[in-house]
Amino acid sequence: MAAVTTTPRQKVSWGTINTVVVALALIPVLWMVSLSFKTPGAILDPSFIPASWTWGNYTQILSTSTFIRPLINSIGIGLIATFISVVLASMAAYAVARLRFPGKALLIGMALLIAMFPIIALVTPLFAIERALGLFNTWPGLIIPYVAFGLPLGIYTLSAFFREIPWELEKAAKVDGATPFQAFVKVIAPLAAPGMVTTAILVFLACWNEFLMAISFTSTIAARTAPASLAYLSGSSQFTVPTGPIAAAAVVITIPIIIFVVFFQRRIVAGLTSGAVKG
Amino acid sequence: MSTTTETVPGGATTQVTRRRRAPLSEGAKAERRLGFLLIAPAVVVMVAVTAYPVGYAIWLSLQRYNLELPNAVKFVGFSNYGAVLSSPYWWQALWITVLITIVSVSITLVLGMLLALVMHRTLFGRGTIRTSALIPYGIVTVAAAYGWQYAWTPGQGYLSALFNNSAPLTSQYKAIAVIILAEIWKTTPFMGLLLLAGLSLVPEDLQKAAMVDGATAWQRFFRITVPLMKPAILVAVLFRTLDSFRIFDNIFILTGGNNGTESVSILGWDNLFNALNLGIGSTISILIFICVVIIAAVFIKGFGTAAPGTDIGKR
Repeated sequence: MAAVTTTPRQKVSWGTINTVVVALALIPVLWMVSLSFKTPGAILDPSFIPASWTWGNYTQILSTSTFIRPLINSIGIGLIATFISVVLASMAAYAVARLRFPGKALLIGMALLIAMFPIIALVTPLFAIERALGLFNTWPGLIIPYVAFGLPLGIYTLSAFFREIPWELEKAAKVDGATPFQAFVKVIAPLAAPGMVTTAILVFLACWNEFLMAISFTSTIAARTAPASLAYLSGSSQFTVPTGPIAAAAVVITIPIIIFVVFFQRRIVAGLTSGAVKG
Repeated sequence: MSTTTETVPGGATTQVTRRRRAPLSEGAKAERRLGFLLIAPAVVVMVAVTAYPVGYAIWLSLQRYNLELPNAVKFVGFSNYGAVLSSPYWWQALWITVLITIVSVSITLVLGMLLALVMHRTLFGRGTIRTSALIPYGIVTVAAAYGWQYAWTPGQGYLSALFNNSAPLTSQYKAIAVIILAEIWKTTPFMGLLLLAGLSLVPEDLQKAAMVDGATAWQRFFRITVPLMKPAILVAVLFRTLDSFRIFDNIFILTGGNNGTESVSILGWDNLFNALNLGIGSTISILIFICVVIIAAVFIKGFGTAAPGTDIGKR
């Protein structure tokens, strides 16, 4: 670092810089929160702080199935897709990190290609395929592509984590008389768990965020996810633009992200950067 | 968990078979089998959802196929490609996409580097900064896009009020500027975190040595930090470029592709869901796919980006 001791001036300048960074990150979010609490009259006032406050927007969206059902769909589809992705990715990542077999580079290359794939290029053919197979507008119709796009992220992150695990410990445990099962449950699983939790968070966030497939492969609230439902909230009212309810819905779907970010900041940072540094 | 339990015997055999021999020993064969078995489910899902549809899209792109005229499906060869490539809409959308990609990735790179330096060097509040930076990264793009849209709506938004009640979303290049702003806000943290990972690999000793030799902060940054971070920078820029090229969510919410702000992804979507034209839609899909392959190839060959992860196999 530039200096060993910190002068008050350095403290002030870093304080200023830090405040600017935090403000830039949070102001657009706070704006949405402010909008969500504005009364219909106050919406047409561009001030940042609501002139009059109301919970009305929240009670309105939380009492209609137009938003509640998609919220449930989002949680269900996200959790199932995350679970399947992490299980399948763990198996593949274990093989990549620990086993010797041909085609490993091909697998990683394929995963990378899919991670960066232009999703719109798949939407047209998948739309046709899902309609033919009866998967259109169903949970599996979204879960299956979400798993496919969760897998590259999972394989990538988990193989980086698995490579760091000191696998000799497993052998040591066996020498000490542990059965293979005990060695796995007591030694390896606790070491692998943090990486799997991190991966699960990243995959869930990706599913939670996904929009293009969510609006393309659904047609009713039977499978529509929360981000896709926002677009429909906007068209629902013919007389007023439902700014308040949309802002409230946007805040509701942002809450889980804030919780994840606040509690798992270190893990998310580690997960995002694990593959990149070594690449 | 039960799936991983099965891998334990295989894990044990690796200890024995690490030595390379010309003919495969029983152990090595078992290890191969286990390896293939473990990757099989993931490979099957990924191929089923991507490779097969891409093949199907190629076939669809050679048909005249409109969902409104299901009886008029006909093989037409490359005429869809001719139709798309001679349409001004395609070139307009491609230009807009390229413009948004270049401007947003360049600005994101500079801001991301600044953010990485702040996260790396700041004397206090490191956790707070990282946590706040992760919020734009994690936030649902669509939710944030509505926030931006309302912020720029005259008579309603604080940003519009700040700029003399302007209505930027109603004119082409101002709307593109707002789209780029929304992209930058959303993606700078990701860029910053990838660059932070690269920054932490630059040895502190080297910086100190350069400082002793009288190098200024700028010299140290451009002569030491940047060259050492080159792989991390290229990977981050490649990721961001490919991600930005498929921009959809922000445009869909902010302008709906109106006022000449259609990206290639929006154009493809319109052809499928508004024109119900599977043939043309698939043709656009394939052309976007080709563009992405070209971008990746340029990065990997031209800039010498190690395709991220390609060295994993050698480890």
